[in-house]
Amino acid sequence: MGSDFVTLSLTPLLIGIFAAVACALPGNFLLLRKQALIGDAISHVALPGIVVAFLLTGAVTTWPMMLGAAGAAVVAVVMIEGIRRLGRIEPGAAMGVVFTTLFAGGVLLLEQSDTSSVHLDVEHALYGNLESLIWLDGTGWGSLLDPSALAYLPVELPRMAATLLVVAGFIALFWRPLKIATFDEGFARTMGLRTDLLGLALVLMAAIAAVAAFDAVGSIIVIAMFICPPAAARMMTNRLEVQVGWSVLFAALSAVVGYVLAGYGPLWIGLADAVSAAGMIATVSGLILALAALFGPCRARAGAPSGV
Amino acid sequence: MQFLGDALLLQLGYNATLVAIGAALLGAASGITGTFLFLRKRALVSDAVSHATLPGVCVAFLILVGLGGDGRNLAALLIGSAVSAGIGLWCMNWLTRNTRLAEDAAIGAVLSVFFGFGIVLLTVIQTLGIGRQAGLEGFLLGSTAGMLMSDALVIAGGGAVVLLVILLARRPMTMVAFDPEYAAARGLPVSRIDMLMMGLVMAVTVVGLKVVGLILIVALLIIPAVTARFWTERADQVVILAGVLGALAAYVGAAVSASAPNLPTGAIIVLMSFALFAVSLLIAPGRGVLAAVLRHQRFQRRVHIRQGLLALAQNQTIYEPLTLRLLARAGLARPDGVATAAGRARAAKALRDEHRWDILRRDQAQEAAAALYDGLREIETVLTPDQIAEIDRKIGTPKEAF
Repeated sequence: MGSDFVTLSLTPLLIGIFAAVACALPGNFLLLRKQALIGDAISHVALPGIVVAFLLTGAVTTWPMMLGAAGAAVVAVVMIEGIRRLGRIEPGAAMGVVFTTLFAGGVLLLEQSDTSSVHLDVEHALYGNLESLIWLDGTGWGSLLDPSALAYLPVELPRMAATLLVVAGFIALFWRPLKIATFDEGFARTMGLRTDLLGLALVLMAAIAAVAAFDAVGSIIVIAMFICPPAAARMMTNRLEVQVGWSVLFAALSAVVGYVLAGYGPLWIGLADAVSAAGMIATVSGLILALAALFGPCRARAGAPSGV
Repeated sequence: MQFLGDALLLQLGYNATLVAIGAALLGAASGITGTFLFLRKRALVSDAVSHATLPGVCVAFLILVGLGGDGRNLAALLIGSAVSAGIGLWCMNWLTRNTRLAEDAAIGAVLSVFFGFGIVLLTVIQTLGIGRQAGLEGFLLGSTAGMLMSDALVIAGGGAVVLLVILLARRPMTMVAFDPEYAAARGLPVSRIDMLMMGLVMAVTVVGLKVVGLILIVALLIIPAVTARFWTERADQVVILAGVLGALAAYVGAAVSASAPNLPTGAIIVLMSFALFAVSLLIAPGRGVLAAVLRHQRFQRRVHIRQGLLALAQNQTIYEPLTLRLLARAGLARPDGVATAAGRARAAKALRDEHRWDILRRDQAQEAAAALYDGLREIETVLTPDQIAEIDRKIGTPKEAF
């Protein structure tokens, strides 16, 4: 836990935690609203958005890419709704049509454009590059108080923290309407809540979290964190407040354990190099879900825990 | 353009021909399999299945290399992918059946966790320094560049087996897809048929990994089925049409991608299917957007004419310009809103029909017929001439004949 830790592991670890929690928070509501796969769709369509932003600006810069990915997410949601209503197709199939098509479009654009000079490829989009977000100026714990070193923090860290704040703020602010609209949409409408706008805002929040996390850690974490921690938390409790708490805990735990296992695990069993942190975090979240599904007190469908 | 023509006619050389034929077979098999999945409303299960293949491919590769082999034996890699897809399917079914999670959450959990674990294994393979893993990344997005005759034979064989199984099991599978409760009541083993359906999806996914890759194979399973559904209401026709559309999209896509550089086969095939889908969404008769718009306009015209005629019969002024225009075009009224002779006759009939409906709807014995009243329906389509005459006797003779 010396200076090496601050330089190499502190920032990726924090970014991983922030990204995981920012995705898990809206994931709770998406899960309960049976829209869990929206996260899957959003993270697939971020690719064409990012490629289009790159083609328009000609550089890998942050804001255009975030806007491009967010724009693509909105386009995808509108297309899914449009196809679902115009063609009277069930939502799952409409989603399948849209996100595969947009992803294919992204792959094609990527192949057609000359991106050899920049770091932009499908593999990067899928598994991100959490390990590379190191803090070269962080030479020890003292650097945390050193403004000149803090200025060279990877930009992903403050960005991810801000995203987490925005998402958490949205959920705190709209807690009651969200809760009512999630559990009883008809009742929420009779109370005069605009459930359609609320649903759209939730998807938009999910998109913001997905896009910001996507840039830092790749889409595979995003999909896993939207679903696995909330699903595991769902097995632990029947109360939404408690469920959100568990999901945050599970998300953070996945990020920490996954990162440590990816970075140090291979060394323990005698391999030379680390493995993908993003993949490992997703794997750990899956293990947590498996444990919760086997032993969670509220895992059964009927609801009440047995023996109470 | 000339290249494209050559490619479509299989004139671009051995490899391109092989890819095009293999892709067409795959498209047909996946379109047909996907139809059952779509009708069962479980289209996105294929997403979980396809992502769950990745760890299996990596494990198979590691085992092959561990045994001192080259690690790129397609058949062995496909067997590995089938095993892990099977485990993924089992996890998904277990989660939906034994926990409170809905199917969409189970799909998402399986696909992200298996894919994440696959990525971990991919990086393990990279760090082991075996170096020949380039072929493995091809499984993500498909790579047809180095397709061999043996690969094509694997695809053709797999596709043929899938089609044969579907041919044999089409009736029970259709029944389960439409109405699982009814199928269970008839004594069909629904869960086993579901398993068979998933097994077929798995087979198509595994066979298609090489051509379109695991991320885009989902499109080949979903899009042709959704497209075919626009054109017909009969299950057997949807199945056949989906097969044809899938084969067409895959064949043309493979040909197009061979005709110029930097056109990835999988992506082009998916975009081709989407093009077919978009066209169908617009122009399909019955379920298409264009047909819906026309139907709506026809309905609107009937309502306007009907309301206009009632207004004419009661000597009310018509203010609605669309109504006036429609009446004038039909020769029922002059542009200033005064009825023509034909218009007066039709208006009198419309008003009389309205009275007849009133009588009919007050008669409790005629409840079933009265329920058909929607303000547009001709009363002659509901009642016999005798019944209408009976109602007319109740109304009495017109006090003031036009």
